[in-house]
Amino acid sequence: MSEWMTYRLSDFLMFSPSTYFRQFELYNADVWPAHIMTLTLGAACLWLSRQPIAAPQRALPAILAGCWLWVAWGYLYTRYATINWAASYFAGAFVLQAILLFLVGTFGKKLEFGGSIQRAQKAGIAIFLIAMIVQPLIGVIAGRPWVEAEVFGLAPNPTVAATLGLLLAARRWRWELFVIPALWCGIDGATRLAMEAPDFWVMPVVAILVIGLAAAAAIDRRRAARQL
Amino acid sequence: MSRRKSISRRALLESMLAGGLGAALLPFKGLAMAAPDITKRIPSSGEALPLVGLGSWITFNVGNDRRALNSCADVVRAFFAAGGRLIDSSPMYGSSQATIGYALNKLGDPETLFAADKVWTSSAARGPTQIEQSRRHWDVRAFDLLQVHNLRAWERHLDLLFGMKDEGRLRYVGVTTSHGRRHGDLERIMKRHPLDFVQMTYNASHRAVERRLLPLARERGIAVIANRPYDGGRLIRRAKREVLPSWAAEIGAANWPEFLLKFVVSHPAVNCAIPATTQVVHVRENMRASSGLLPDQATRRRMAAHIRQL
Repeated sequence: MSEWMTYRLSDFLMFSPSTYFRQFELYNADVWPAHIMTLTLGAACLWLSRQPIAAPQRALPAILAGCWLWVAWGYLYTRYATINWAASYFAGAFVLQAILLFLVGTFGKKLEFGGSIQRAQKAGIAIFLIAMIVQPLIGVIAGRPWVEAEVFGLAPNPTVAATLGLLLAARRWRWELFVIPALWCGIDGATRLAMEAPDFWVMPVVAILVIGLAAAAAIDRRRAARQL
Repeated sequence: MSRRKSISRRALLESMLAGGLGAALLPFKGLAMAAPDITKRIPSSGEALPLVGLGSWITFNVGNDRRALNSCADVVRAFFAAGGRLIDSSPMYGSSQATIGYALNKLGDPETLFAADKVWTSSAARGPTQIEQSRRHWDVRAFDLLQVHNLRAWERHLDLLFGMKDEGRLRYVGVTTSHGRRHGDLERIMKRHPLDFVQMTYNASHRAVERRLLPLARERGIAVIANRPYDGGRLIRRAKREVLPSWAAEIGAANWPEFLLKFVVSHPAVNCAIPATTQVVHVRENMRASSGLLPDQATRRRMAAHIRQL
């Protein structure tokens, strides 16, 4: 244990920041114009989450599951794993999350949306929209070229943030679906911190915000239920 | 062994030079001495190696990016052009091994290559498979040196590596540590096993190995590879805030990288340092530390004191 304490975070970084972000440039060039399709799928998710009947809502977790599967294969396993051997394990975790989304949300019908919109649900929708629209621009704000933009459905971060937003926007929270996205937020934050990337805080803040809001709302609901 | 079927004329000449010129230089008496293309001999064989090798941690882990692969190949070309021989990698370094293989193929498989790699797995059974995978990435016939990476499962892997050496499939066996860790274990292994090489972190700000490990390496006739000679770049960043002292010219150091590297490779027990870089200009700077003048003990003390004050 004492030996582990002597390591710096940067000691675990096995690639340079330029190599890491250049992967997104090459990836974007290879998969273009898939960005238009994944952003359309994202917009479809938002529309489905506002449908009053349950049947169309079941397509939402299936779409998300498809995005997680693609990120696992298209980015983590075939690209990121070439510079980070741990990425193949990350890809496995993303596949597991896709299976969970499908089993819990689509097959199990336990991820319901709609009804009265509370504060947490509003925040969830806002986080989803930020993930779709603002997150691809964060790299530019951080000083990186736009060709390295990370886009929903293709890159892990906006996909994870959008998923967390939609999970928060659900009528009831399925905590088992929060675990892998929250872990990814921690891994991404640590990786970018080690690279001294100015946007290292984004994903950890998203995870803390989503889990914090969901936990606070869950406590409020319990209190309200006891008072009845 | 990496690419050569028999001893080339150049290798023979190098060996003769190492036996004569190199041996004469090794004691490093006097303030500084002219020593073009300095080499030091591997104690277990007498083979000469230049003082500066090429590391591949982070810098060569570029995935499938063709532009970066070509840039790395340029670095390797400059390394060989400056007389470099030893390139070091590990299966832990992502795509670095494949990058080295790409560069070697592009350069037409330089004959002078000294291929140093590692075995890095906690499974003894997986060792041979991993070594074969590494060899394919490098695209060499065999490695010159294989080391147990960070002492991981070292007992089982050392049996394998010594077995390979006995069978003539490997020339040298070593173990590695980094970041100044597990020195006690390393010392015990160095005392008990007939190692050819040991790799450890040694630089102007991490000098703990001077107390026991470097003297032990000399006593046991084990060649030393110094990793992280710039402390992962931190030393250079620190040093470049200050002006290079005027007396650096006395040891032939024209810039901070040469100054810092000459400090490492001038230790009598150190055979070679393995800085990693992505830039041709840096590899040329690094290689210049392998020629010209080297500091004596008094100058080394002065250098260490100066670096402490930075």
